[in-house]
Amino acid sequence: MITVNGFNYYDYDLERKLSLWLREDLSLTGTKIGCDIGVCGSCTVLIDGEPKLSCRLKLKDVENCNIITIEGIALPDGTLHPVQQAFIDAGAIQCGFCTPGMVLTAYALLNKNPHPTRQEVRLAIRGNLCRCTGYQQIIDAVMLAADRLSSN
Amino acid sequence: MEKAFRNDAYAKVTGQAIYTDDLKLHDMLYAVPVYSEMPRAKLISLDGSAALKQSGVVAIITAKDIPGNIRYGQIIKDYPVLVDEDINSTGDVLALIVAQTREQAITAVPFIKIELQPLKPILDPEEAMKPDAEILHPFHCSNLTNYHRVRRGDVATAEKEADLIIEEEFSTSRVEHSYLEPESAICHLRSDGVMEVFGSMQHPFSTRRFVASTLGVELKDVEVKPLTCGGGFGGKDDTAALVCARAALCAWILKKPVKITYSREWSMRESYKRHPYKMQYRMGLNKEGQILSVKARIVADGGAYCSVTPWVTWRSTVQSCGCYEVSNVETDVYGVYTNNVFCGAMRGFGSPQINFAIEQLVEIAAEKLGMDEITFRRKNIVKQGSTTITGQVLDNHIVSLTQVLDAVLKESDYENKRKLCSLGNLNQKEWYGIGLAISYRGVSLGAEGTDVNSAILYVQPDGSVLLETSVFENGQGAESAMILIASEQLGLPLERIRYRMPSTSNIPDGGSTVASRGTIMGGGAVINASIILKQIITETIQKITGKSVAYFKDSKLLDSSDNLIMSWDEAIKLCYDNQVYPYAFGVFQPPQISWNEETGQGNAYFTWVYGCQAVELKVDSQTGAVELLNMIAAHDIGKVINPYALKGQYYGGMAMGAGYALFENCPCENGLVVPTNFHNYHPPRSINLPEMKAIFIENPDPISPSGAKGIGEPANEIMAPAIANAIYHATGKRYHSLPIRIKI
Ligand code: FES
Ligand code: FES
Repeated sequence: MITVNGFNYYDYDLERKLSLWLREDLSLTGTKIGCDIGVCGSCTVLIDGEPKLSCRLKLKDVENCNIITIEGIALPDGTLHPVQQAFIDAGAIQCGFCTPGMVLTAYALLNKNPHPTRQEVRLAIRGNLCRCTGYQQIIDAVMLAADRLSSN
Repeated sequence: MEKAFRNDAYAKVTGQAIYTDDLKLHDMLYAVPVYSEMPRAKLISLDGSAALKQSGVVAIITAKDIPGNIRYGQIIKDYPVLVDEDINSTGDVLALIVAQTREQAITAVPFIKIELQPLKPILDPEEAMKPDAEILHPFHCSNLTNYHRVRRGDVATAEKEADLIIEEEFSTSRVEHSYLEPESAICHLRSDGVMEVFGSMQHPFSTRRFVASTLGVELKDVEVKPLTCGGGFGGKDDTAALVCARAALCAWILKKPVKITYSREWSMRESYKRHPYKMQYRMGLNKEGQILSVKARIVADGGAYCSVTPWVTWRSTVQSCGCYEVSNVETDVYGVYTNNVFCGAMRGFGSPQINFAIEQLVEIAAEKLGMDEITFRRKNIVKQGSTTITGQVLDNHIVSLTQVLDAVLKESDYENKRKLCSLGNLNQKEWYGIGLAISYRGVSLGAEGTDVNSAILYVQPDGSVLLETSVFENGQGAESAMILIASEQLGLPLERIRYRMPSTSNIPDGGSTVASRGTIMGGGAVINASIILKQIITETIQKITGKSVAYFKDSKLLDSSDNLIMSWDEAIKLCYDNQVYPYAFGVFQPPQISWNEETGQGNAYFTWVYGCQAVELKVDSQTGAVELLNMIAAHDIGKVINPYALKGQYYGGMAMGAGYALFENCPCENGLVVPTNFHNYHPPRSINLPEMKAIFIENPDPISPSGAKGIGEPANEIMAPAIANAIYHATGKRYHSLPIRIKI
């Protein structure tokens, strides 16, 4: 069994690549493919809370795991998670291709370290390439999210 | 806090935004390219029979199947959509394999049997320029795609009068745009006979021309609808259009929807790059520190196909002396065909190369004259009323070089920190340096193209507004900027305006969303459409009620004493009730420019922008490793429309400039691009970059209806020389080629 965004799946090909399974079979196309060799971070998903590169995994690697994709972090009524809202408010989004991976990486970071320094954010997102933003406003967004999460 | 505005932010942050590869059509097939292994050859035969027998394979498509033109191009029609005979590049596509799944198509590639007759490639532009060199494209009769020049004053006499003549050579690297989303296209033949194209691109109209040419149909028979674009930076024009043309060809022949999504490897191999330049400069100076003359010879390796090389190198020509006043100039700029990967538009468009040379050259000159680099710059920069090297008088807008320079000097504390620079002090483990660079830049296309843009404002019966312009969203926030401008003009809240999904069948071609022209051109058109729309509404109200509307504010129409006439919604209802459509088509056409190709003189651009960037860094004196400490930019952008998006352009531009300076290089070996993916090609990562600061300088431009100019490219064109200058101030060594690798 594999759990994705709260739904359980039982029937799948163990040799199927996780990124393709999510995109093609489950239509969860928020998971992006930028390099397909594990060096750009666009395909990041959370596996048992850890950010992992779905282009480097097969379904046999994630059996009995709980997977969260970018489609799975807002509330069912569409209310955004504070990390998502902060990305919007801080202007951290341009072309948006890196955004799902960035948001999930930041989400995992803040779960572990609710009060990161800017340098710690920089380190946490080093595996996620962004060609548009120079990362400045992405780091602003993560700091803003940390602020808002801790004041709630 | 003030929040950022983007009309696509919610979709992008939830994963709902649809990029081309995210879309599936019923019964869709997948095509993949088969590349040439040789940089120059004749295609003797291609046998697809074994590949056709592989599981899921539906068809092998070759040049023979093309109903229209095999070759296309924006300037010279030299690029084969599929190769018929002559191979000029390892990025050439010999065939497309179409299968039920993409994996099946990829699996079949090795089963294609190809026979090539190798020809000797020309890989060095200097070789290609020799009189006895073989002509690579016989129909073009020359290995030069173009030759541009500037002739001003008399260099020989000026050099005789000079107290100092310096000669330096610089070279720059080939750079990959590295948009995170690789090329992707889906095409299908609609039931009305129109070839519908979905894709990731910067210029849907250029794509439409490529597709129509390939299929041999008229422009009306192709409708291009760009989907969310995962980055462009100038790179999603020709190659993106070719991918669309190939998908359209397959869909045309097979009568089924066809998708082509590139792998990163194909994208790096085939897509065009930023031109590598070799630049030889000779500068004559007097001892008072005035630049008397510049003589320059610049050679751009355009690679196998022309693309927009003549336009890119034209900007290099016009800006060949940087932002300095020089009375005697001889510049020769050559765009050259080789068998390397082709080069085309990339953010900066011929200026990052020039600025890398000239902004170091002025510092070399200042030092030789015993002057500091800031005083030297102040003496020579263009000022209000100055004449550029092409004879254009800068008097129709505010020339703000001093303003941007002062802003950066102050913010960076340059003059104090400059005294702390190490200059390769042998007693220091870590060398410190600060450096800066300045530039001016002609806005929009100049003589590179026809400059016009249009916008449609169409108010619905309930008062909500549909907006459309012929600039396109590449991820930079173009649509949001247009909505902001319309909202201000009409006095309506942002949420009452929706940007229509763009299509080439809705609005006239407004040229490519390149050259940092989106905001000035599209914004100008939106304002002109708003003026027409408000006039239609005002006249209707005057006729029916006799009242004169003076302002549109807060969803209300007011008279000249600020009294309410009626609400916006009531006014719109009144229009419809009286059979008046609140619909306006606005056009923005900037003043004509002029250019004389013989002398290289003319009013090259209708207005100019000014910028300055600085960087502080440390160099490890043992390993040569560079650590960037901070980066600052000040640009005169005319007027701020969307502050967060504007900052994003500054930061992204500086980051890309840092990559150009230190990390990025696409060498070709026997014509083949060496890097294949992001493990061996390195756009900067978060840990490679420092904190950045953006300073806005606003001098609204009289020609621009919104006052705004542009920022995408200015932000990207001067960080590399700033870093080179800082490295010199840290190490005491000049680096003349990119990317900079510090030798200890
Ligand atoms: S697509 Fe998986 S890391 Fe790039
Ligand atoms: S926003 Fe475009 S790659 Fe990050």
